Amino acid sequence: MKTPHQLALKDLLFKMADDCLILGHRNSEWVGIGPMLEEDIAFASIAQDKLGHALALYTILHDHCEEPDADTLAFMRGEGSFRCCHFVEIPTQEYDFALVRHFLFDTADHLRFEMLTTSAFEPLAQLARKVKGEIAYHTMHANIFIRTVSNGSEEAKFRMQSAFNEAYPLALGIFEESPNEQELMENGIFGGERHLFELWLKTIQPIVHQAGLKIPSDAMPVFGGRKGYHTEHLTPLLEEMSEVFAQDPSAEW
Amino acid sequence: MNMSEEKIWKALENVYDPEIPKLSLIDLGVVTDVIVESNDTATVTITPTFAGCPAIHYMQDAIKDSLREIGISKPEVRVSFEKPWNSNKISEKGRAILKESGFAPPPKHEGYIELSVLETVTCPFCGSTQTTLQTPFGPTLCRSIHYCNSCLQAFEQFKPLA
Repeated sequence: MKTPHQLALKDLLFKMADDCLILGHRNSEWVGIGPMLEEDIAFASIAQDKLGHALALYTILHDHCEEPDADTLAFMRGEGSFRCCHFVEIPTQEYDFALVRHFLFDTADHLRFEMLTTSAFEPLAQLARKVKGEIAYHTMHANIFIRTVSNGSEEAKFRMQSAFNEAYPLALGIFEESPNEQELMENGIFGGERHLFELWLKTIQPIVHQAGLKIPSDAMPVFGGRKGYHTEHLTPLLEEMSEVFAQDPSAEW
Repeated sequence: MNMSEEKIWKALENVYDPEIPKLSLIDLGVVTDVIVESNDTATVTITPTFAGCPAIHYMQDAIKDSLREIGISKPEVRVSFEKPWNSNKISEKGRAILKESGFAPPPKHEGYIELSVLETVTCPFCGSTQTTLQTPFGPTLCRSIHYCNSCLQAFEQFKPLA
């Protein structure tokens, strides 16, 4: 299928899929070392969901946009063709950062898929209607933990605020506009990053308030990921992810 | 004998979920369409419970095997989100089988899930509603973990999904 807005659509699908793949991998790093068993399982489950969403998005790229299959897209591209935001690339570090990232990213992810349920591109709308119910579990989890942990002790509050200050400018990078943003909006494919950002801010504000945290007022968005510029952390991650696949790409699993 | 869609639906009643071996894919609600193209060619469409469900390849293979057994030498199994799964699609029989297998069946929903629904799950062992949600994430994507304060046992629920 070739359409005039093919470029804009591909861009949208790639950035969504790449975000899910990379954050899915980062979340999976908690397997076996979570701060408690339930959190270990929660991050592992959320990771598995994210990989499932990445798979479904790469499959749409393969079926409708003349791209190679999902495995090739996930494991055989160099960092320059990835469109993920820097936020998802940052190494997992401490649980406080992982939790804040989970909260800020998954809230945006949920709202994005909600918006896409009415997309004029039907395969994406179908997927969105399916996965928004799955991500509801992620935001439910994030909303509970961000409040519980932040209100735990003075040290906890301090650490959560520090993590929030670090994460927030990176989170703003989720909403970096693509050069073809207008094309997406005019064709009814996606309502645009600016609209998503407004919804996101409105959604996180009450939770942040209940957690006793403050949104940094002078945050500068960290952009670049959507144009293929990445942090030094992405290539080592891609190499690790594709290590087994690259040994024999034709192997049957 | 002519191949009919009915015959295929019937055959699929004997293809089971790999995690809950008494629960058929029909009762789980993941088979959405069956199309017979000729006497030896048919296409079955399935949709995953969760997009990241790793059992989907197993299900595809198991369906193909069952179709070959009834003489369809060229079976196709498509995976699609056209008719997405939600937990209301589990049949009444399926819900009974879940309970028999030690899982709380998911409560029926109206298109959205609230946290309170997860906090008052009926224990599949003793029927008490004095239960506590331990975590909404369990051993597989479709299960949550609970604890019954009456019979003092942990149990799993097949998660409600909108």
